Amino acid sequence: MVDAVIGGVRATTGVRKRSGFRKAMQRKSTIAFFMASPLILLIGLLVLYPALYSLHLATLNKSMERFVGLSNFTFLFKRETFWMVVQQSCIFAITAVLFKAIIGFIVAHFVHNIPAKGQRKWRGMLLVPWVIPPAMSTLAWLWLFDPSYSAFNWILAVFGIGPVPWTGDAYWARFSVILVNVWIGAPFFMIMYLAALKSVPEQLYEAAAIDGANWWQRMWFVTLPMMRNIIAVTALFSLIVTFANFDIVRILTAGGPIDKTHVFATWAFWLGIQGGDIPLGASVSLFMVPILATAAVFILRDIHRRGNEAS
Amino acid sequence: MSAVTAGAIDQAARRPKYGSMSRDRRWALRWSYFFLVLFAIFFLMPPIYMFITSLKTSAEISAETNPWWVYHPTLSNYIELLTAPSYLMFFRNSAIVSVFVVTITMLISVPAAFALSRMKFWGSATLATGVFLTYLIPETLLFLPLFKMFAQFNELTGIELINRWWVLLFLYPTLTVPFCTWIMIGYFASIPKELDEAALMDGANYRQILTRVFIPVALPGLIAATIFAFTVSWAQFLYPLAFTTSIDQLVLPVGIITTLNKGDVFNWGQIMTGALLGAAPPLIIYAFLMDYYIAGLTAGATKG
Repeated sequence: MVDAVIGGVRATTGVRKRSGFRKAMQRKSTIAFFMASPLILLIGLLVLYPALYSLHLATLNKSMERFVGLSNFTFLFKRETFWMVVQQSCIFAITAVLFKAIIGFIVAHFVHNIPAKGQRKWRGMLLVPWVIPPAMSTLAWLWLFDPSYSAFNWILAVFGIGPVPWTGDAYWARFSVILVNVWIGAPFFMIMYLAALKSVPEQLYEAAAIDGANWWQRMWFVTLPMMRNIIAVTALFSLIVTFANFDIVRILTAGGPIDKTHVFATWAFWLGIQGGDIPLGASVSLFMVPILATAAVFILRDIHRRGNEAS
Repeated sequence: MSAVTAGAIDQAARRPKYGSMSRDRRWALRWSYFFLVLFAIFFLMPPIYMFITSLKTSAEISAETNPWWVYHPTLSNYIELLTAPSYLMFFRNSAIVSVFVVTITMLISVPAAFALSRMKFWGSATLATGVFLTYLIPETLLFLPLFKMFAQFNELTGIELINRWWVLLFLYPTLTVPFCTWIMIGYFASIPKELDEAALMDGANYRQILTRVFIPVALPGLIAATIFAFTVSWAQFLYPLAFTTSIDQLVLPVGIITTLNKGDVFNWGQIMTGALLGAAPPLIIYAFLMDYYIAGLTAGATKG
């Protein structure tokens, strides 16, 4: 349809003589390709190439002069810290996403419950943690967790609970980085789930109520199935972002105490930039790829399915 | 607990005719507000505490008094920071980088989104999927190879890319362009085909269709994408931390973290003031354009 129209336009304007090159330049696909070429260049040069280049980098020695095959990986496998980082990355990402989803879900329901005219205000207030740059808000948390002046410990002391070593003890530090991540990410889930809740047709609830469904049944058979897609996609998105998280851990604990809170990104930075061993750092960050790829496949499948439904 | 309250509300909403239900509903509403207040306290506590600390002197911060209250409010932290050349430089660097990145992002992603959503060419469908996939590639995977690439580029051409603030103008678009292109594809695809066909019939060329039809119609999407690009480039922390080191090249997040905690003594009053002022631009934009902000947020995942 469009092509036919364009053909017509070209036929009328093509009365004047034109060289073959200019004709090619006038063709729709050529124009389109030129319009998209900065994008292609950017993605190719600064995303695709470095991604592939890191595969090559991972096979070099520290001074990046000699090909050492997989010895960077075998070296990593022998280090206890590496397995600790793998474990911590998984704990961090899975726990954080789980709690973000749960809190987001609960808060979305509360916001959905209150009268519509007040919702905007509450939604606006509750999204603030997501809007503040993570580096800045993590600084505030770092100050709230300060070993000697912690404002949380002051409150706890009022109730007679001893000072909590928020970032000093390995387990508390793990808890703290997850807490900050949940604080930043839960509002995003809340917004997504709220949008999903609003898209559930009211008639479904009415029908369920007529059938005598109780609250749990309505939640289980109406709300959750209707929200399933959004819940899954949001969680997968967040899993990718959380798994690759850098800011929070870097600022709050810098990986400490004794490397107990390092995740892939912060450890790769530590090894690659601060330790000067870029190939080893690149090898570490490559371990993020499998989980990212898995999540990406699921997200893409969802998009394609929805695309097919739409058309 | 939440289940019980929400259940009560739903029941009340479904069957509002019963008298006792309306009382239940009132109670359920109160519980909803109660928990919303609790969550709001949790969500707003760190920024509020930032503000409280920013009003204190160093002496009061290290005193044994209630940390949640300001006994001697002072603006000295603000005055000191806003007259400190280094902080103003960080702010200026951040502003310049963000404005340029937003411009570059829009110049790249809007035409590309137009081409990908309306003018099919060889490989355009694959490219659209590829754009989305690059959005999923985190910067933490790319910074080391990029670092090495820049070092090699320096060896080849003699142009130093590391520790130059303007190199961020090349790096940030890798984070903003894929997402902005993706949501613009979504917005452009929702414009009815009849609109551009009519414009073509009237003899408009593609540039005119883009600037006269598509951009005005998809303006909400454009604003959402702009806000997204700005927030991302303002908040980005890893790339400036890895690629810039000397004080005059730093942007705000890295500047605050590397310069304000000098020595063993953290000057928390100033750090909190700096962080609060640094968080202000995105917060102000959010306060005024909240609906666009949220539209962009949800469009990314629902359309994609």
